[in-house]
Amino acid sequence: MNAKEILDQEFLTIRSRLLDIAASLDRIQRAEGDATADSRMANVSEAIEIVGSQQLHRAERVQLLFSREYDQAWKTQYELDSRA
Amino acid sequence: MYYIDPHIHMVSRTTNDYATLARMGCVAMSEPAFWAGYDRGSADGFRDYFRQLTEVEPARAAQYGVRHFCWLCINAKEAENVQLSRDVLKLIPEFLDCPNVLGIGEIGLNKNTRNEAIIFQEHVELAVEHHQPVLIHTPHLEDKHQGTRMILDMLADHANLSAERVLVDHVEEHTVKPVLDAGFWAGLTLYPVTKCTPARAVDIIEMMGTDRLCVNSAGDWGPSKPTAVPDLIMEMRRRGHRESVIRKVVFANPREFFQQSKNFDLADPASR
Ligand SMILES: [Zn+2]
Repeated sequence: MNAKEILDQEFLTIRSRLLDIAASLDRIQRAEGDATADSRMANVSEAIEIVGSQQLHRAERVQLLFSREYDQAWKTQYELDSRA
Repeated sequence: MYYIDPHIHMVSRTTNDYATLARMGCVAMSEPAFWAGYDRGSADGFRDYFRQLTEVEPARAAQYGVRHFCWLCINAKEAENVQLSRDVLKLIPEFLDCPNVLGIGEIGLNKNTRNEAIIFQEHVELAVEHHQPVLIHTPHLEDKHQGTRMILDMLADHANLSAERVLVDHVEEHTVKPVLDAGFWAGLTLYPVTKCTPARAVDIIEMMGTDRLCVNSAGDWGPSKPTAVPDLIMEMRRRGHRESVIRKVVFANPREFFQQSKNFDLADPASR
């Protein structure tokens, strides 16, 4: 399938998922209280920026955005020896 | 199309599910030992569970002409209890000669803690000592990337463990490449809530190629779909992938990985 054919197939799904996200964010904003300071909201905004960017590997970049940081020195922090 | 589900928890599924899977083309499955939804109180609880995996489930599957294989360990969640884990590790060897046991699994990390890492390493040592393949669970959501990298660091400590005898499961877009690059097998889990959809799994297969990649449902007692592998077959067909390519992913690959276990013998149904 070429790009145009895939778009034909995916367009309505993309449209419906974007509407789901828009409506969920509206629902949060309409509700009592305020969630804007919650770090997850900042992550959501950043993820939407990644989705809207023109660079490939959007899914991988969104995954990494929602991931805890990996520290190569974790074994030292846990006081674990490398085994032989 | 006939297929193998390399990761499914049949102890949590009904007999009707066995019948449905058989009708959909499932010819064999492997069931890694995992968390029961509650912490077991003693090593004896695990001995009973291992009997269920090695005696009860293969008999239930056989009623529908499906081969049932399994993997043994204490899962990452209960591995937080180091003493209990060591008691369970001690009783595993007595089950390794059961005819449906493929190896040690699904070991791994859950919240990426120190205790989980200690017990992970002890499981790998047990596998090396008994020359068993290993099936590895990687954590979910925000813990997955960190946990997968920690697991790869630990596996690198074992020079006498061959990478081709290890499958790292539940990989996603951000973890599949380091796993395959290190020479391990990788498993894509199709799961409705926390993991990968059939469409995303096929995207990953298209980007990474079909070598050393397997696909599973990880059907269990939570929201999950035991027939998720046929969903992936449909998605690959919809995109125009050749039948031989689909068969490699859903049958030949898991078979090739499992054939490294001395207890695995499954003829290709096409040769019957
Ligand atoms: Zn599992």
